[in-house]
Amino acid sequence: MIEFLLHPGSGVAPYLQIVQQVRQALRLGVLREGDQLPTIKAVVAQLAINPNTVLKAYRELEHEGLVQPRPGAGTFVLRSLADDTVAAHEPLRVDLRAWLHRARGEGLDDDSIEALFWTTFRAAHREAASKEDMT
Amino acid sequence: MTAVMRAAGLGKRFGRRWALSECTVDIPAGRVVGLVGPNGAGKTTLLRLAVGQLQPTTGGIEVLGGRPAASAAQLSRVGYVAQSTPVYSRLTVEEHLMLGDRLNPRWCWKTARARLDSAGLDPRQRAGRLSGGQRAQLSLTLAVAKRPDLLVLDEPLSALDPLVRREFLQGLMESTVDAGVSVIVSSHVISDLERICDHLVILVASRVRLAGGIDELLASHRQLVGPRRDPATLPGAEVITERHTERQTTLLVRAHQPVDPAWTVSEVGLEDLVLAYMKADAANLSPMEMAR
Repeated sequence: MIEFLLHPGSGVAPYLQIVQQVRQALRLGVLREGDQLPTIKAVVAQLAINPNTVLKAYRELEHEGLVQPRPGAGTFVLRSLADDTVAAHEPLRVDLRAWLHRARGEGLDDDSIEALFWTTFRAAHREAASKEDMT
Repeated sequence: MTAVMRAAGLGKRFGRRWALSECTVDIPAGRVVGLVGPNGAGKTTLLRLAVGQLQPTTGGIEVLGGRPAASAAQLSRVGYVAQSTPVYSRLTVEEHLMLGDRLNPRWCWKTARARLDSAGLDPRQRAGRLSGGQRAQLSLTLAVAKRPDLLVLDEPLSALDPLVRREFLQGLMESTVDAGVSVIVSSHVISDLERICDHLVILVASRVRLAGGIDELLASHRQLVGPRRDPATLPGAEVITERHTERQTTLLVRAHQPVDPAWTVSEVGLEDLVLAYMKADAANLSPMEMAR
């Protein structure tokens, strides 16, 4: 069983924070297939948050095919995200390392690297989104 | 979906001053509604109209499908904790509960006892000797134990220390799961509201400025940063606040369509959203309107 944390003022909607924490737990293998998520009442009591927020997060995870509610029993993990990251993403990680090495070699500091990453990330995101709009 | 509260053209005047005017708002059942706004915006007036402690000057208000405080049955369905958390100072805590039992057909002793225990209140204590926080806890216990369909809380958190506040919110949220009670809560503590509310009403200068589901409101508002320019050239978006430096323009907008990618667009948190609407109105009101 996992426990959720809420970061107020992070700008991320509370329901999304729960979704992200479940995904992260699935990636890290903290949650595995067949594990139960905390009941809505338990999350509500622990975090003092609106039950609809938890419900919305669990629905989103269900929609993604990651969990499944069983009436009267709770919500259970359908599949893990663990193995398609560490192993499958190794080549990407190696590329990224090489890129980071080059960036440092060209004299970029941490902040500049981060800024460059995020501006590029956002630009690519926008490009993808506008392409989607056109089709 | 049925409405837990529905107001149309609702207004309340005290002497020459309108505390609330042209308030039209529809609040669906099963929600936890945050009511926010600057001091003197009319929050308490709206809540007192909802529980029938005040009569409207204009317009009408319906709560749980009936006129507020129109009947004993209507009264028993609404729990209310006033800002001042009034108690009978001569009566003990236990006597308050006995009173609650006599006056409320759906009174639940189990709920009352459990809340009293968790709040650490001594049943034999006279209410007049309770601290501000303890009095708030007693008022809340009475309001929750009558098992209302709607709980109206006017600034319930201000007298509570952080630990008690969190415990109170936990209990409140649990009771919305168990009993499906709707809640309307006014507060200045946005971080608390962000946790517990799924619906928001912003009241500024006696008018409803914004109302709706919090997720939808956050999804439709964006902060834009870009080279300085005239916001009048922004199609498909309503500008709520604008700031300019010589080179840069920062806007908070309600966008009805995707925004021009030339802007750097970021999401807006609840606190920024509330502050923007409060600020926008403070800036837009002429001195005459302020005095009114």
